[in-house]
Amino acid sequence: MLSVEDLSVEFRTRAGVVKALEAVNFSVQPGETVGIVGESGSGKSVTAFTLMGVLDRAGQVTAGRALFQSNRVAVDLLKESESSLRQLRGQELSMIFQNPRTALNPIRQVGKQITDVLRCHSDLPPADLRLKALEMLASVRIPDPVKRYEAYPYELSGGLCQRIMIALALACSPELLIADEPTTGLDVTTQTTVMNLLKDLAAQRQMATVLITHDLALASEYCDRIVVMHAGHVVESAPTHSLFSQPRHPYTAKLIAATPEPHKSFAELMPIGGNLPDLKAMDLAPCRFSTRCDRFDSALCGQTPLKRAALAPDHQVACWQPL
Amino acid sequence: MTTTLKHTRYVIGENLITFAAFALFLALALMAILGPAIAPYSPLTTNSAIALQSPSLAHWFGTDQLGRDVLSRVMVATRLDLGIAVLAVALSFVVGSFLGTCAGYFGGWTDRIISRCIDTLMAFPLFVLAMGLVAALGNSIENIIYATAMINLPLYTRVIRSEVLVRRSAGFVEAARLTGNGDWRIMAYHLFPNVLPVMMVHVSLNMGWAILNAAGLSFIGLGVQPPTAEWGIMVAEGATYIVSGEWWLALFPGAVLMLAVFCFNLLGDGLRDLIDPRMRT
Amino acid sequence: MAKPSTSQIVTQRILAALPSVIGVVIVTFLLTRALPGDPAAFFAGPAATAAAIEEVRRNLGLDKSLLEQFFLYVGDLFRGDLGVSLITGQTVVYDLMTRLPASLELTLAGLVLAIALAVPLGVLAATRPNSWIDHGIRLLATAGVSLPTFFTGLFLIYLLYYRLGVVPAPLGRLNILYSAPPQITGFYLVDSLLSGNLGLFGAAAAQLFLPAVTLGLFALAPLTRVTRASMLGMLSSDFIRTARASGLPPRQVLFGYAFRNALLPIVTTLGIVFSFLLGANILVEKVFAWPGIGSYAVEALVASDYAPIQGFILTMALLYVVLNLLIDLLYVVIDPRAGVES
Repeated sequence: MLSVEDLSVEFRTRAGVVKALEAVNFSVQPGETVGIVGESGSGKSVTAFTLMGVLDRAGQVTAGRALFQSNRVAVDLLKESESSLRQLRGQELSMIFQNPRTALNPIRQVGKQITDVLRCHSDLPPADLRLKALEMLASVRIPDPVKRYEAYPYELSGGLCQRIMIALALACSPELLIADEPTTGLDVTTQTTVMNLLKDLAAQRQMATVLITHDLALASEYCDRIVVMHAGHVVESAPTHSLFSQPRHPYTAKLIAATPEPHKSFAELMPIGGNLPDLKAMDLAPCRFSTRCDRFDSALCGQTPLKRAALAPDHQVACWQPL
Repeated sequence: MTTTLKHTRYVIGENLITFAAFALFLALALMAILGPAIAPYSPLTTNSAIALQSPSLAHWFGTDQLGRDVLSRVMVATRLDLGIAVLAVALSFVVGSFLGTCAGYFGGWTDRIISRCIDTLMAFPLFVLAMGLVAALGNSIENIIYATAMINLPLYTRVIRSEVLVRRSAGFVEAARLTGNGDWRIMAYHLFPNVLPVMMVHVSLNMGWAILNAAGLSFIGLGVQPPTAEWGIMVAEGATYIVSGEWWLALFPGAVLMLAVFCFNLLGDGLRDLIDPRMRT
Repeated sequence: MAKPSTSQIVTQRILAALPSVIGVVIVTFLLTRALPGDPAAFFAGPAATAAAIEEVRRNLGLDKSLLEQFFLYVGDLFRGDLGVSLITGQTVVYDLMTRLPASLELTLAGLVLAIALAVPLGVLAATRPNSWIDHGIRLLATAGVSLPTFFTGLFLIYLLYYRLGVVPAPLGRLNILYSAPPQITGFYLVDSLLSGNLGLFGAAAAQLFLPAVTLGLFALAPLTRVTRASMLGMLSSDFIRTARASGLPPRQVLFGYAFRNALLPIVTTLGIVFSFLLGANILVEKVFAWPGIGSYAVEALVASDYAPIQGFILTMALLYVVLNLLIDLLYVVIDPRAGVES
């Protein structure tokens, strides 16, 4: 349904060119939930923004394809014209964002924000727009939708705002949903309800989901497959169970070791040493993990590891000396 | 060393306009100091034989209705115009800093009283208030300075108050208090120096505004009196001749006035970018 | 969360403006009574005899205590008595009321011109950050705020009247060939239209054009700046990204979402802009011989006629308080959050 191939994105800033993404590859099958996991600054959100075409002005796609296929259309998201992409956004593929409170227009009633989206993607008569929006509010389990329709974001809790966001994103029944850190800023119990809601809705509508998160534990709970990103590279991608049982990239292994679990003590949590490399650097190492890697060997790791073949049909790793 | 040089060059390259404005500022300052000494003619000597001559090699900016050299008058006026603005800004800066720091630091009633007074000043259109003050206090240059200082007071008091307010409970202030510093000492040595960089931006932007105000007041006949050379008055005197085509009387003092204000505004913008790029608008 | 009703918010805003009014009255009172010189001499004017000064002193109650004087002053205000002008021989209130429409028409025309130019320019600059258009507009805005209004006015007169002859002589609201329209609103543009006199409308508009442009240029700079800055902030905000990611058409994103939000800081800035405009108004009226309250005050100033000056300052301050109140109410209309946090 979505196949991202060799996607590279650069940001031109005053301080220099930031190579935010390099040859990113991953794919999403219909109805599947794929997690994109990595630290802050690893390029997860940039990937999502690029696919949605809402990248900042300074960002530019320098290479790659993003083939999107739904029941209705088959396009390269990076080649389409702005106006035809606009038809797809919200209709075929949607996105929900972190910080739901700031992601909604602060001075427009939330119900109206949903009808705005419905109006531009459907030919429902005006009278039905409101009904459809109310239906959406009910479907994301918002109590008292009629009253909430007229609420402004500042009057709602973070959890309710995120449900509104979900209703907004799903209003036109997209086939792919990109959820960028949907639970950031919510308290723990709300996180669970929001995630379960997303899971149920995805199952009901047979919608594919890309879950972007820095939380490996969260991804392991909800995703069929996981793509691990580090400093703008995809370092490993595999089905969730094999990724956890048999991580092949040193970074994935460290990430798993750093993930809190109920049975682990605090001392068992292993922090990952070092920092993300400076993506502005002219002499960026071919393997962007090399400065943090225990297994780094200049004789073996001289070239960019991204083109390494798959270890198994559904398990790719970008490393010269996988575990 | 080379990195310092490189950095300096980078900063200058990125802020060309600011450096141009700084050069202009130096030129204005020089003119204010040396103006009377280097002016080619006396600014006050009249000579009806050469009245209302258009710009020529002998009189670059032409001559006015009394045969005085416009260039010389414009040059000599620099000291007065800048002087009024500098004194007014300095006065409001000092008083405003004191009031603002007190209001922000002590809070409570001190803050409420000071803020209420400032709000009352802000309830007037500022130029109108200045005009009323000069009319009430008496028509003199000194009172122009007081009036201009008074209408700038709200700006300084408010900015300093809010800056002090956010820093009042900061770690370094607590530390100073715990090591036995008194309130006044903390305000003078710990709080005030911290808000100074932000204030410099305002001072620069405010200078331009003060010059405009003072010139506006003398344009309507307040403060500076003829035959003193001052930009606002010169424009006012030249106004009569504009409709008969003698444009140079008003144009040159007006243009220099505009340039001076422009210079301070650019300088303020540049400083703002240097000190806090986020404030850039 | 109990949401206050609109009428509650409006009442609350009006009450909040009251201290300003009281402050304004106190300051105007103090301006005249707590002077270094003799207030009676001020009010009697420069040509008054000792006997006339004494009479003024008694009439104004200047021989009483300051507090008593204040209440007398407030009483006079409530009766609408601001004294008599020495130059016109009329009551100050009459003079101000007959001249106020001229000033308001000019100020509003200047403001409308400024907004009509500043908002598109600011939006244009914000949608193309760091382009040459943006830099040009930024420079223009800085230059605009550096322009002395009286100088701009004179320069425009020289260029458009003396050189090109495309505007009528800068002498008031109407060419002497025309007579004023019947007084309805006091705004010549409106009144001439209401009485269906298009020729008169044209003549009034021609006279108004140059002073309004002069005034507008001055207000242009702060408005452009704040439009650009707040549009820029809105365009990079999260909810705009949501709107774009939902496939809303660019026009709706730009105007319906970004601009509506960007309006809030713009409306707030209007307060400062009015402060500028009302001040600059005095200078522009003098330059264009515009028969408003500003030129009235300047004439009084030259003649040391004190009562009109005092009345003028009070009128301007009250006008400004009312304008600020209107701005506040406008804000309440645009922003649903207004009135909740306070």
